[in-house]
Formats: sequence, structure tokens, C-alpha cells
Amino acid sequence: MATKHSRSAARLMMAPAVILLLGWMLVPLIMTLIFSFKRYLPLRGGDLGWVGFENYVRFVSSSAFWPSVAATLTIVGGVLLITVIFGVLLAILLNQPMWGQGVVRILVIAPFFVMPTVSALVWKNMFMDPVNGLLAHLWRFFGAEPISWLSEASLPSIVIIVSWQWLPFATLILLTAIQSLDGEQLEAAEMDGAPPLKRFGYITLPHLSRAITIVILIQTIFLLAIFAEIFVTTGGAFGTRTLTYLIFQRVLESQNVGLGSAGGVYAIILANIVAIFLMRIVGKNLDA
Amino acid sequence: MARAVTQQRKIINTTAAWGIGLLIFFPILWTVLTSFKTEATAIADPPVFLAFDWTLENYSAVMERSNYARFLWNSIIIAGGSTILGIIVAVPAAWSMAFVPSKRTKDILLWMLSTKMLPAVGVLYPIYLICIKLGILDSRGALVVILMLMNLPIIVWMLYTYFKEIPGEILEAARMDGATLKEEILYVLTPMAIPGIASTLLLNFILAWNEAFWTLNLTAANAAPLTAFIASYSSPEGLFFAKLSAASTMAIAPILILGWFSQKQLVSGLTFGAVK
Repeated sequence: MATKHSRSAARLMMAPAVILLLGWMLVPLIMTLIFSFKRYLPLRGGDLGWVGFENYVRFVSSSAFWPSVAATLTIVGGVLLITVIFGVLLAILLNQPMWGQGVVRILVIAPFFVMPTVSALVWKNMFMDPVNGLLAHLWRFFGAEPISWLSEASLPSIVIIVSWQWLPFATLILLTAIQSLDGEQLEAAEMDGAPPLKRFGYITLPHLSRAITIVILIQTIFLLAIFAEIFVTTGGAFGTRTLTYLIFQRVLESQNVGLGSAGGVYAIILANIVAIFLMRIVGKNLDA
Repeated sequence: MARAVTQQRKIINTTAAWGIGLLIFFPILWTVLTSFKTEATAIADPPVFLAFDWTLENYSAVMERSNYARFLWNSIIIAGGSTILGIIVAVPAAWSMAFVPSKRTKDILLWMLSTKMLPAVGVLYPIYLICIKLGILDSRGALVVILMLMNLPIIVWMLYTYFKEIPGEILEAARMDGATLKEEILYVLTPMAIPGIASTLLLNFILAWNEAFWTLNLTAANAAPLTAFIASYSSPEGLFFAKLSAASTMAIAPILILGWFSQKQLVSGLTFGAVK
């Protein structure tokens, strides 16, 4: 009796969240799909009719497409590589006995809470400015010619900025995972004479593999969507135009909505491929 | 044997960890320090670290020049409003999924998560168009709703994880004692759920405060929050390091403090409970 009553109540309580999210997902998605099959130029004639798959073909055959794919892969790959490798090392270090562990953890996590526009601008001007930036001072101190970071080494610069923002996330998650590692197992291996590198390779790393996978998947989803960091530093110039930025430019700057929407559909498909793997891990965890 | 070297190893660990920690924190520290310098000291070569005449002139300059208070107010309304609205919608949903689970609960949870994976840029124009048609482009209300929807999956997930940990027997006991559904939620569940709701509130406030896709693309003069305010320093104002630093410090200080409180919840919140 009570169960039946609470079941219908439960359904009623779930309804607002489900309906809102359903609308939030479906309405814009269907609009993007419709636009992507149309020639749609809001400032130059508006809706000019159906064109089939023309936008999809034009988006991938434009000269900007492959460079944007390359820029996206470089940024996502570079940031993943740096954050995972240094994240593992940092997590291991922070897990060791030391004084002031709590304070160090706070220092390491801090960049994650800095808003993207601030971290991008602080790095761009105060560190990477070729005349007055701190790195330029450092280069001159060693007698070297300062680098114009964001124009000469634009992609590495963006990778540095974004890695700085995401290293805390990777470190924190890996640290949480490492803390659940059974200390006795490591001690036993040490007693049996396993050197540190072997203990790391055969015990610590396998234990971390699930956390590393999660870090990679979640970061990939967020990194594919990076926007503000490019918006305020290069504005997509110097080869830093990612797929996300290219779509943004097509849609809002040149107001070619049909073409941009086709790009949007590609981005949605790409993100979904990554998401499927993430959902599988999270779903498995729900059963446990 | 191993215990004998502990003290020495501890010293090495401490030195290494503090060195790396300070290196990672340095850009923030440098920004805060620079905000108290004059523009001339800010670009001095060699750089000055602490031995300069500390001044507050940059803070007053930023406040005067750019109507800082309005950007701050917009940030508070947008981040606060979207978080509170999200909690109101999510608490009943998470409650029912945690305490009256059905066969489809898992599917609904995963589907909610999947909406979070949708790249914002893929639906940029539809949202932009809807805002224009409804006349709410560059309004705080639009951003409150959009950021609420964007973070709703995380809010539901976090609350669900917390509610799951509340033992069901207590609710049964209350029911046996004749508590109605309303009383059960109000007097039994809510007090126990408050810590979980508080951490959810905190983390989502931070996420909404720092959101920099919709806030940059859907606002102009009226509803722009601090993210957009800082972006306006891109150039040429950004070359005034001391003022840029003062503006940046004001934008990140409240969140840094909140963030340090929420670091524990960060992991389970952002990994959807996959890492605890």
C-alpha cells in the first residue's frame, strides 16, 4: 500500500528534473539538426531552404577543417599527457609522509578554482608577454632572446595554460585513488626485495589504472570544449583554432548557421564516442 | 630498517612537495602580489617580489573605471540563482531515485549524465536564437536557467550519492510511527541530508561562477558577470599588469576560499561517484 503510494509520488518528484533535461537536450539538438541541412544565413537572406548534406561536405572540405582537427588533437593530447604523467607523480609524492601535507594540497589544487578567463589572461600578459612578461625577464636573465609565446609557440603556450588549470583535477583524483591502495601489499613487496620502480609498475600503476581512465575520459570531454582560453589569448589565430572555436566562428562571427550546425553535429558525435566509454565505467560502478 | 630512514625521507618529501606546490601556486601568488604594486613596479626588470611600496590604488582604479560592482552582482545572481534553482529541482528527483529505486533508475541517472556530455558549441545557435526570440539575450534570467540546466545532472548525481548513504531503516521507522511523506521528508530526511546538500551547493556555485562559454556568448552590457569582465581586459587594458591583477584577484578570491572548503566533495562530484 505504502509502496504503491510512494512509487507514484516518486515518479511525480522525478518529473520536473526529467522534463527539464529532456527539453534542454532535445529542443536545441533538433534545431541544430534541422539547421545543419539548410542554407541558413541570418544576416544574408535568412533561411534559404534545404540543401541535403551540402553543409556536412563543405564543413570537412573547407581549408580550415583539418588544421582545426590537428589543433584540437594537439591541445587535448598534450594536456592529457602532461596532466596524467605529472598527476601520477604528484599524487605519489603527496601521499608520502611529510609536514604540512594539507597546506601543500591546497596550493596544488588552487589553479582549478581560478576562472578560465583569469588564468588565460594572467598567463598571456604577466608570464608570456614578450616584453614585460616574467618569462621574458627570465630569458633575458640567462642572456636568451625572449619568446613571443602566443604567436611563435602558440599551441605549446595554450597547452601550458590549460595543463596548469587541469593538473589539480588529475592530481586530486589520482591522490584519492592512491589513498585507497593497500599499504600492506606495498610493504610486503618491499620486504620481498622489490625495487621502488617495480613496486610502482606492478602494484601502484595497476591500482591507479581505473582512476587514470576516468581522468582521461572526463578531461577529454572538457578539453574538447575549451573556449575561453582561446577566446582571450589568440582569438583562434596562430593555428590555435580548435574544432570548437571553428564552429563558434562559423555560427556567431560569420553567421553561417547551416555550416556551423553541421560542424556542431560532428562535435556532438565526437563527444558521444568519448562519453560512451565514460558511461560504461560509471554505470558499472552504480551496480556495485 | 625501513623505519630508520623515515625522518630523513620525510625531510626530502616535505622539501620536494613544498617546492612543487609553491611552483604550481606561483601564478596566483604573483597575481595577488602584483595587484598591490604600482604599474611601474609591476613590469620592473628584475621583478620585485616583496620589497615594494604596497598600494591599494589598483583596486580603487578598477572599481571606479569599470562599474565592478555590477559585474560582481551579476556573478552572484547567476551562480547563486542557478545553483539554488538546480537544488530545488534536483532534491525531489534524487530523493525518489535513492529511496524508491525502480528498474529504470540506473538508466535515468546515466541518461542525465549523458546530457552533460553534449558539447555546448553544438547547440550554441539554437540557444542564442531562443534567447533572441524570447527577448532574454543578455539577461541574468536566461543565464540562471541555462547554467541550472547545464549543472543539473551533476547536482542530481551528487545528491543521489549522498542520499544513498542515508540508511533506509530510519525512514521506515518514521513511517511505522505514522509519519506522512511530507513529515518524513521535512523532519527526518532533510536534517540528515543537509551536509550533502551544502557540499552540492558549494561545488555547483563554483562551477557556475567560473563558467565561461555561455556567459561570454550570451551576455553584453547588462548581464555580463566577472568572467566577461575579465575577458574585456584582453587588450589593451591587459597590459596594465597591476590593474589586471587587482581585477583578477577580486574575481577569484571568493571562489578560492570556497574551493578549499569543497576539495573533498570535488572528487566524487566531478567523477559522478566513480572515484571516492
